[in-house]
Amino acid sequence: MSGTQRLAAEGPVYELTGDSALLERMLLIRRFEDAVQRLFQRGEVHGTTHLYSGQEAGAVGVCAALAPGDRAAGTYRGHGHALALGVDPQGLMDELLGRASGVCGGRAGSMNVVDLRHGLVGCFGIVGGSIAAATGVALGFQRRGLENVAVAFFGEGTSNQAYFAECLNFAQVLRLPVVFVCENNRYMEFTPIEDVTAGEIPARVEALGLWNRTVDGMDVQAVRAGASEAVAHARSGAGPAFLQTLTYRFVGHSRSDPGAYRKPGELDEMRRRDPLAVERARLIEDGAADEAELDGLEARVAAYIDEVAARALEAPFPDPEAEFQEYKG
Amino acid sequence: MSVAELEFRDAVRDALDEELARDESVVFFGEDVGKPGGVFAVTGGLQERHGDRRVFDTPISELAIAGAAFGAAITGLRPVIEIMFGDFLFLAMDSLANQAAKYWFISEEQASVPLVVRSAVGAGGRFGAIHSQTPVPWFQGIPGLKIVAPSTPRDAKALLKGAIRDDNPVLFLEHKRLYSVKGEPGSSDEVAPLGRAAIVRPGSDLTLVTAMKGVHDALAAAEELATEGIDVEVIDLRTLRPLDRDTVLESVRRTNRLLVVEEGPRTGGWAGGILADVAEDGLEYLDDVWRLTTADAPIPYSPPLEDAFLPSAERIVTSVRKHLNSTPVNSTA
Repeated sequence: MSGTQRLAAEGPVYELTGDSALLERMLLIRRFEDAVQRLFQRGEVHGTTHLYSGQEAGAVGVCAALAPGDRAAGTYRGHGHALALGVDPQGLMDELLGRASGVCGGRAGSMNVVDLRHGLVGCFGIVGGSIAAATGVALGFQRRGLENVAVAFFGEGTSNQAYFAECLNFAQVLRLPVVFVCENNRYMEFTPIEDVTAGEIPARVEALGLWNRTVDGMDVQAVRAGASEAVAHARSGAGPAFLQTLTYRFVGHSRSDPGAYRKPGELDEMRRRDPLAVERARLIEDGAADEAELDGLEARVAAYIDEVAARALEAPFPDPEAEFQEYKG
Repeated sequence: MSVAELEFRDAVRDALDEELARDESVVFFGEDVGKPGGVFAVTGGLQERHGDRRVFDTPISELAIAGAAFGAAITGLRPVIEIMFGDFLFLAMDSLANQAAKYWFISEEQASVPLVVRSAVGAGGRFGAIHSQTPVPWFQGIPGLKIVAPSTPRDAKALLKGAIRDDNPVLFLEHKRLYSVKGEPGSSDEVAPLGRAAIVRPGSDLTLVTAMKGVHDALAAAEELATEGIDVEVIDLRTLRPLDRDTVLESVRRTNRLLVVEEGPRTGGWAGGILADVAEDGLEYLDDVWRLTTADAPIPYSPPLEDAFLPSAERIVTSVRKHLNSTPVNSTA
């Protein structure tokens, strides 16, 4: 049970290269979520849906620090986690529209997407489920002698779940190669986190002796830098790492949320720190790209997502008869 | 030459030992299972033999134990975990019911979850209301999960091996009152398929369906009733999900009467499900059908209260006599 074998994984379907790769991945997520919102309002996306708009730097920065064969578990706000890992935007959109060509054949829906081919252990509809899943994946990696790491994405509200207390301790005592990424967007659904949380979240983690950092979650380069350290720590065998990203969601918690709980001026202030704008400005300032190139990039991504949405609307629904014959409970 | 009898707890240990030796992807963890060897003295020696990377102790964190087992199961391991008492399974419910059991389906079969949850269940040990339950119905309504419930040492070993080799999550229930039961060992390479009941005593007057300790009560009751000319067929279900309905139905076609004995509350219990299945598919064969369960109340602590509360050989005999209008052979009434 020793060696350096890694689990095979496919590369991202939507390949990115060059200096603007991280910006492009964030754009992909933002335009995807815009399309989901439009399709939801048209009744094409069903049930409920939780958008990642505003938080793109988190998933993109963390996933940029991962190696082939590493795996991540996302949340019910998981489209960003999936796309950052390289899940096919078409397969994901088809899934949200309940189509047979969806990444899970329409069985999963927005809150439960799984795509192991791209390292997505799952999007977990229960708050904290991602923490346990990633802890277990890390246990599998470690006991099989693999050098891979597992990532758990979760929101700040999860710090009050049993999963958080139980699994962080479990992972620490077993020195598991897992990175816990707490995406702190300030609100636990509709409630300010400080109203329902005693003390500071990193203090809980420090008490367990975990390596931990807090980074600006609106800056993809800062997230990537912090995540690279966290991943290196976990991969070294020194045990789990905890990364808090301070972020903000520009949209409601879910479809039914007008955001009445936000503090006055807060949304406008945070929109000025939009991670897409922050990264765009940096690329221009560094001379890595000019305005015209980035305008072109934005237009290409927008057109691509329009095509994805159009194709998803044309995709066939699953056949109930075949489905129920196939599945033997 | 007589073969040495096998104790139930040793049968469980031997199955774990042999599967750990056979397949290096099998790991086993839980509270006090490694160095201490388990609170029911089932798992002693496994850590020494297989090492602390494969057999290890965990914190008291049922949700984390089950959740980590789920994640490990989709990453190439075949974890066996111990949730010390069945009553503690409720703490692991999200990991088991929402994550492990549904993953094969919602992932469109990208990965199965080969996971075994061992848990000690059952009353009669004076453990009180919250260390004595057999929470089968909580799990029986969860598609994607299997439930195994052996009654003999031989079955415990062969079925646990079958459970570990199954690619799906399996809840493996061990009745506390059976740990010290001894029986014939069977062959060491025996692996039992899940989902098959066994007729453990053939009979012609009544089909008595039960599981775990209930099988021993049923066999004792059948011996007593035989002296009165009542010939009882006893079926050991062995697996409670999926249920072997065919074996039950075939038996009822011959005996025309069905009694299901369940150690658990009447409302929402698994006995009711079997009565419903047989009523739906075999109504024309039925002359009588009923169940013997506990009352819809928590399990009491005090010995005389607990004894009176539980199904027993004596209660089975009394109930069968009443339904078949029989009187005891030596009755002076």
